[in-house]
Amino acid sequence: MSNSVRVILPAHLRALARIQGEICVDVDGEVTQRAVLDAVEVKFPMLLGTIRDRATARRRAFVRFYACETDLSHEEPDAPLPERVVQGEEPFMVVGAMAGG
Amino acid sequence: MAGTRVLVGTRKGAFRLTSDERRTDWTVDGPHFPGWEIYHVKGSPVNQDRVYASQTSGWFGQVIQRSEDGGASWDTVGNDFTYQGEVGEHQWYDGSLRPWSFTRVWHLEPSLHDAETVYAGAEDAALFKSIDGGREWTELSALRQHDTGPQWQPGAGGMCLHTILEHPIDADRLTVAISAAGAFRTSDGGRSWQPINKGLRSGEIPDQDSEVGHCVHRIDMHPAHPDVLYMQKHWDVMRSKDAGDTWHEVSGNLPSDFGFPIAVHAHEPETVYVVPISSDSHHFPPDGKLRVYRSRTGGEEWEALTTGLPQHHCYLNVLRDAMAVDQHESCGVYFGTTGGQVYASNDSGDTWAPIVRDLPAVLSVEVQTLL
Repeated sequence: MSNSVRVILPAHLRALARIQGEICVDVDGEVTQRAVLDAVEVKFPMLLGTIRDRATARRRAFVRFYACETDLSHEEPDAPLPERVVQGEEPFMVVGAMAGG
Repeated sequence: MAGTRVLVGTRKGAFRLTSDERRTDWTVDGPHFPGWEIYHVKGSPVNQDRVYASQTSGWFGQVIQRSEDGGASWDTVGNDFTYQGEVGEHQWYDGSLRPWSFTRVWHLEPSLHDAETVYAGAEDAALFKSIDGGREWTELSALRQHDTGPQWQPGAGGMCLHTILEHPIDADRLTVAISAAGAFRTSDGGRSWQPINKGLRSGEIPDQDSEVGHCVHRIDMHPAHPDVLYMQKHWDVMRSKDAGDTWHEVSGNLPSDFGFPIAVHAHEPETVYVVPISSDSHHFPPDGKLRVYRSRTGGEEWEALTTGLPQHHCYLNVLRDAMAVDQHESCGVYFGTTGGQVYASNDSGDTWAPIVRDLPAVLSVEVQTLL
């Protein structure tokens, strides 16, 4: 079974991928962080290494994952995402961490 | 008429500055990759339309861009800089050992010999090579795995491999420099490496004669005399006449021998340019005067070049990759500043004028002489 998952990328990654607005990716099987990001990287290979480290596949330190008003950044990569994300009712958001001064 | 294309990497994007051979009227194009740190942009000496850019971000990591039309448009190529073999450890600031970890590409060096070959110098210090135009990268790991590797430690800017010099005839001979490990040379295409730091003396390390640990800021050479190397070290301007086997100081009458870039004139192998900076704690020019110093004698005797450069209240820096020369008959010299200016001289440094004044802080300047 495949689910169409909505994903919102930060502006720099939208520019790199040459897209505007949110995207949709088809995810086979259980909808997890890892499955969604794998699907994003297959569709937009120029994003390889920009969200997850190339060597470790771990989330880059200044990248956050949000959905349904919840910070999912520290969830296990293979943990299921919220049902509203699975059903396409809410987007999975990749966010650049706040920085400034 | 031949053209001139200056490639500028900044804290917030890349810029192309183009002119004809006269180099008096310039067109400014950019920013490309706005908002990203562009550590280096450099064109292939074999194919002037091919240009590489190192695009990097503390948030989103490393991207390598390649252009086939001189930087007008770009496409991403490979960004997998995985260290080969057992990763090992190097010294950290606190004296502990820390595993080698890739952060970014500081410098891209397209080969003199082959349009498809390009080298990348990385932080943590490592040298990568691509033979397919940047799609796939392979570490020349014998450098990082040198016996002295566990003794290497970062300078304040990170442990970066920032200088890659390819011998103009022998493609297997490379000279690289690392902050703060020193200079190294291979004669077999990277299968083995030799530290070439004899004669360097660095007050920042306990054993001034150490084989490694010297904070080399930049090395340059003239292709007609590839055994003559010029080095701007953390402190001291140095010269080697034996491909780095031995070095001697040529700081001479410079007002300060601290600085970052060094460049050799395109047609005069003994003419060298540096930008003195007051000290490692100040990082701005002595007396608030931006002065390029030129030696026509391979060092020791230096003259200040000031015409067209600010001589009052100037407190910026010129970084290690931010100076370059063109190949026109009247050699052009270019440098960019942390204040966002790019200055050009079309007469070997006698006079200067800003091409552009208000860019983001300039990280790198390279120039292509277009046929």
